[in-house]
Amino acid sequence: MSEQTGLPSGDERVQRQSSLRRAFMRPELGAMAGTVIVFAYFAVVAGGTGMFAADGVMNWGVVSAQFAIIAVGACLLMIAGEFDLSVGSMIGFAGIVIALLSVHLGWPMWAAILAAFAVAMLIGALNGYLVVKTGLPSFIVTLASLYILRGLTIYLAISTTRQTIVGGVREAAQGDWLAPLFGGKVFGFVFTWLADIGWIATFKNGARAGQPVVDGIPMLMIWALALIIFAHVLLTRTRFGNWIYAVGGDARAARYVGVPVNLVKITMFVFTAFCATVFATCQVMEFGSAAADRGLLKEFEAIISVVIGGALLTGGYGSVIGAALGALIFGVVQQGLFFAGVESSLFRVFLGVILLLAVILNTYIRRLITGER
Amino acid sequence: MADTPLIELVDIKKQFGPVIALNGVSLSVLPGECHCLLGDNGAGKSTFIKTMAGVHKPTEGTIRIGGQPVVFDSPRDAMEAGVATVYQDLAMIPLMSVTRNFWMGQEPRKQWGPFRFLDMDMASRVTMEEMRRMGIKLREPDQAVGTLSGGERQTVAIARAVYFGAKVLILDEPTSALGVRQTANVLATIDRVRKSGIGVVFITHNVRHALAVGDRFTVLNRGRTLGTASRGELNAEQLQDMMAGGEELAVLSTSLGGTV
Repeated sequence: MSEQTGLPSGDERVQRQSSLRRAFMRPELGAMAGTVIVFAYFAVVAGGTGMFAADGVMNWGVVSAQFAIIAVGACLLMIAGEFDLSVGSMIGFAGIVIALLSVHLGWPMWAAILAAFAVAMLIGALNGYLVVKTGLPSFIVTLASLYILRGLTIYLAISTTRQTIVGGVREAAQGDWLAPLFGGKVFGFVFTWLADIGWIATFKNGARAGQPVVDGIPMLMIWALALIIFAHVLLTRTRFGNWIYAVGGDARAARYVGVPVNLVKITMFVFTAFCATVFATCQVMEFGSAAADRGLLKEFEAIISVVIGGALLTGGYGSVIGAALGALIFGVVQQGLFFAGVESSLFRVFLGVILLLAVILNTYIRRLITGER
Repeated sequence: MADTPLIELVDIKKQFGPVIALNGVSLSVLPGECHCLLGDNGAGKSTFIKTMAGVHKPTEGTIRIGGQPVVFDSPRDAMEAGVATVYQDLAMIPLMSVTRNFWMGQEPRKQWGPFRFLDMDMASRVTMEEMRRMGIKLREPDQAVGTLSGGERQTVAIARAVYFGAKVLILDEPTSALGVRQTANVLATIDRVRKSGIGVVFITHNVRHALAVGDRFTVLNRGRTLGTASRGELNAEQLQDMMAGGEELAVLSTSLGGTV
C-alpha cells in the first residue's frame, strides 16, 4: 500500500461550504440576531415611552442583569451536560439563610452572607455528587432538591419567625463591609456629572428634586458583567474550560483521555449555586427583606436564557456570551412589553415561542456542525 | 526480532463475578510491529485491550513494560507508561474543534500573571502541522471534528496518541465502521506509525484488514489465545477458521459457497 493511497480527497467537499453556513456555526449567532430584532422592535413600538432614557435603560438593564447572573451558572452547567432545577429554590433558601442569621440570630451581616454562600455551595456540591455517583439524570436529582429546598426554606422561616417574609435586613446591614458589595451602587459621580451637563434627566420635584434619575450602577449589574467575563474566559481560554466542553460532549471519551469528569461536573454544580446565591444576596440587600417564595421559576428562566443563547440541551456546546444575550433579550422583552403597554400576560406567550424557535435553530446548527442527517 | 517487547502480557485472566471473560491470554508487542488481535464478537478482545489500557485490572497474570512488571490502576497510569488506546466510537468529541480534541486532557498553557491560560496559538499550530503530516487537510484549526469523516477521526486520534509519546498504540476496531477508501487511509496511517518504531496493537475481526498490515497475528477465542503466528505462516482462510473456532464455520462456509 503506497503512502499516497487515497489521501483524503473528501476535502474539496468540505471546503465548498459557504461563508454564510460557517457563520451559522457560532453558538451566539441566533442570540445576536434576536437581540438586534428585539431592540429594533421596541425602538419602533416603545421609542417614545422613555424605555431608552437613562432610567428606562436602568429598568430593563437590572432585570437583564438578574437573568444574566443565573444564566451564566446554568450555561456552564449545561455545557458540562447537566441541569440544575433547584436554582430558584436555592435563591429563596440563600436569602432566608442571610435574613435569619443576621436579623433573627444577630450575626454580623458579612458572616451571614458568607455562611449563605457556604451552605448553598455545599448543597450544590451535594447535587453534583448525587448526580455523578448515582448516574441519575440531573433533571431528577435537582427536581428533588427543588422541592426539598423550597420546603425547608418555608419551614425555616415559619418555625423561627412565624412569617414567610423576614424584614429588617437593611438595618442589619448598616455599616457592614461586605453588604455594599451586593446592595450598593457605584459610579454615582458619573451620573451626577451627566445630569449636570444635561445628558440625563433629574427629578423635577419631591425629596430628591435636582438629583439625577439614575444615581449609580447597581452592584447587581457589576456582578453580572464580572460573572459573564469570568465564565467566558474560563470556558474559552483555560484548560478547565476545555474540560467543561469535553465532559458535556462525551463524558466517557473525556474520561478515557484523563479528564476528571466527576470533578468538573461537581464544580459546575457548585458554581451554579454560587451564582444563585449572588442573585439572592443582591435581591435581599435591595429589598431589605428575604421571602421564602423568592426565586420561583428562576431555574427555567435561566435555562431559557441559555438555550436562546445557543447552548445545546444535550451539552457540549454553547457560549456564555450567547447566554448573556439571551438574558438581555429576556429582560428587554419583559420590561419592554410594559413600556409598550402590551398586556403583560403575552410575555409568557412570547417566551414560549422564542424558546421553541431557539431550540429548532440550535438543532439545525448542530446538524451543520456534526454533519448528521 | 531479538528486541525486548515494549509490552508483554502473560497469561492474563479476568473474571467478572461468575463470568470468565479471559482465561489465559498472552501477547507481546515489539517495537515497530503491527500485532493484530483477532477474534469474533465475545471472544474477549474488548476486555483484553481494556486490561492493557488500564481500565480493568487482571484477576491473574502479569503485565510487563520493557521487561519490568507493572500494575495499572487507571487509564492514566497506562498512558504515562506509554500505552495509548484509540477507541472505535469514543475517539473524538464531534462538537468540539479538532484542536480542542487533539489537546483534550493535555492542554498547553502559558503563564499570564498569576493565571494560566490555554496557549491556543501553539495548540492550533501544532495541530495543523500534525494533521498535515497525517495527510488530513484542515480548513482551519477550529473546524469541528463532526465535519471529518470516520476515517479522519480515527487518524486524528492516532496522531494525538503518537504526538503525546505513545510507545504502544492500541487501536480498537479502527476500520470496522469505515468504507473502503477510509479503511485504506487508516491502514496507511497504521503503516506510517509502525515505521516510526511504535508498536501497534490492531484489533479487528476483518481478516483482510489484518493481513494487509499485520506482522504477527494473535487469535482469541472464548477467552483464550489460540496462538500467535507471524506473517506468512497463515493464510486468510486459516485465520478465519481459527477466529470462528474451527468446524462450525467450515460447515457454514460450504453452504454459503465459501463466501464468508
